[in-house]
Amino acid sequence: MADRRLLALAAAALLSALAFLLIGLKGNIAFVLELRLLKLAALMQVGVAIAISTVIFQTVTGNRILTPSVMGLDALYLFGQMLMVFLLGGVGYVSLDPQVKFAVEVMVLMVLASGLLLPMLKRRLDMGLMLLAGVVFGVLFRSLYSLLARLIDPNDFAVAQTASFANFNAVRTDLLAFAAVVTVLAAVLAWRARHVLDVVSLGPEAATGLGVNWAASVTGLLLLVSALVAVSTALVGPVAFFGLLVAALAERLVVTRRHARLLPAAALTGITVLVGGQTLFQHGFGSATALGVVIEFFGGLVFLLLLVLGSRS
Amino acid sequence: MIRIENVSFRHRTVPILSDITLTIDKGGVVALVGPNGAGKSTLLSLVARLQPLQMGNIQIDGLPVDATPGRQLARVVAILRQDTTVASRLTVRELVSFGRFPHGRGRLSAADHAIVDAALARFDLADLAGRFIETLSGGQRQRALVAMAFAQGTDYLLLDEPLNNLDMYYARELMRALRAAADENGKTVVIVLHDINQASAHADRIVAMKGGRILADGAPCDILTPDMLEVVFGLRAPVETIGGKPFVLHQL
Repeated sequence: MADRRLLALAAAALLSALAFLLIGLKGNIAFVLELRLLKLAALMQVGVAIAISTVIFQTVTGNRILTPSVMGLDALYLFGQMLMVFLLGGVGYVSLDPQVKFAVEVMVLMVLASGLLLPMLKRRLDMGLMLLAGVVFGVLFRSLYSLLARLIDPNDFAVAQTASFANFNAVRTDLLAFAAVVTVLAAVLAWRARHVLDVVSLGPEAATGLGVNWAASVTGLLLLVSALVAVSTALVGPVAFFGLLVAALAERLVVTRRHARLLPAAALTGITVLVGGQTLFQHGFGSATALGVVIEFFGGLVFLLLLVLGSRS
Repeated sequence: MIRIENVSFRHRTVPILSDITLTIDKGGVVALVGPNGAGKSTLLSLVARLQPLQMGNIQIDGLPVDATPGRQLARVVAILRQDTTVASRLTVRELVSFGRFPHGRGRLSAADHAIVDAALARFDLADLAGRFIETLSGGQRQRALVAMAFAQGTDYLLLDEPLNNLDMYYARELMRALRAAADENGKTVVIVLHDINQASAHADRIVAMKGGRILADGAPCDILTPDMLEVVFGLRAPVETIGGKPFVLHQL
């Protein structure tokens, strides 16, 4: 059953990609197609990156309502970006090669995230404490971000600000090739770790008993998550609840927590929701910028729903 | 053979285990008994390298647990802890098949499937194989976890209070299944038990612990005497012998 549903999901993802490319195609077709292809590639990457990073993060923390962004990982990324603007100045920041910049940002995020989260993940903490810590982290980095924003001059601020809002309409196509390498690499690594992830979901003790080196595996997985968060945040900006929405949807669609099914299902759901939603908004409702808001709205509802359901059981 | 030598363990400044030395021969069922806080679970988790060894050393079949790669050790010893949480949306069969992870890193061969089927059958789970774990009762889930540890196919099986949540019928069935695994397959089962009469009925050897030390060690008929019970558990209770085995009437 899971396999058939996975196929259906793949078909849905393909369909939304085709719709995105072909609906309302007119004028200079080659030019429009190229533009749309680039955007499609970016959206697909974002969908895959957020979906996979959320599933892995939930498995490692043993917690269905945590996502990297709930734990403040994307706020950390934005803070890093602002710090670079602060240190280099707006002109210096802009004149950096975007790919070098991105590579540095990814690595900084990986180091900071593992430095912060690893002590917490060595042992699984209970959900309340993790959530609280995440909220505190998030607020801390957002405050540091706005502190720096107040310190820099307005022109520099404009440079930093364009990076700090989710915008599915103006994706950063200049980073596409580099980000694609990271995403594909991370996706391959996640796929290869699918059985380890199954065992990790049982918790540190059972996983150790089954021969998994908990500390090493969790470190590796967390680095993977940080890289994926950096990709999606760099391409479209921070999105809080999209990952939660996609992971919860995918798990209910394929009705299993086995990662061999769940990972592809989540990735395909991510693509379908993002690309399909974007198509719908571009051609159906006219104002495409609203997609981010709508996704966050439904994602937030899912978050609340899971919170309420979770507190009952 | 499990060889535990001069093992001490403290949690911050609180001593949990003090200078434990114990040798468990291959084959048979060994029950660890003792009051709450005796250090039974800690000892078991140290043997299964779930916690780092602070003092002393532990070897299983000559493999030092603190220096042997986890994968290799996972083919020798399996452990079931008291409070294993299982993610939802996993079937019983999937959970039990996780026990084969140390052998194929998640890829299941035909032989692995046969072993999983055998474990399901042995713990009376065949009918429940397709059910999701979260739809099971506490006792059924407990049996599924024991079956997972059993499916790991190790010579040594460490079980921390596996009778929790089990009714009389399944408690006895589980103990019989473990007894059979020891007698027929030559497994070594080390089991923490609270029901001392289960230990008497099914174990070859009882190790009684209190306050992080071993107080008594021997066959059930040597350990389960009114005097020893008073020393270990601090309660006086009559002991009756039924069918050659001592039973403690601690309810009286």
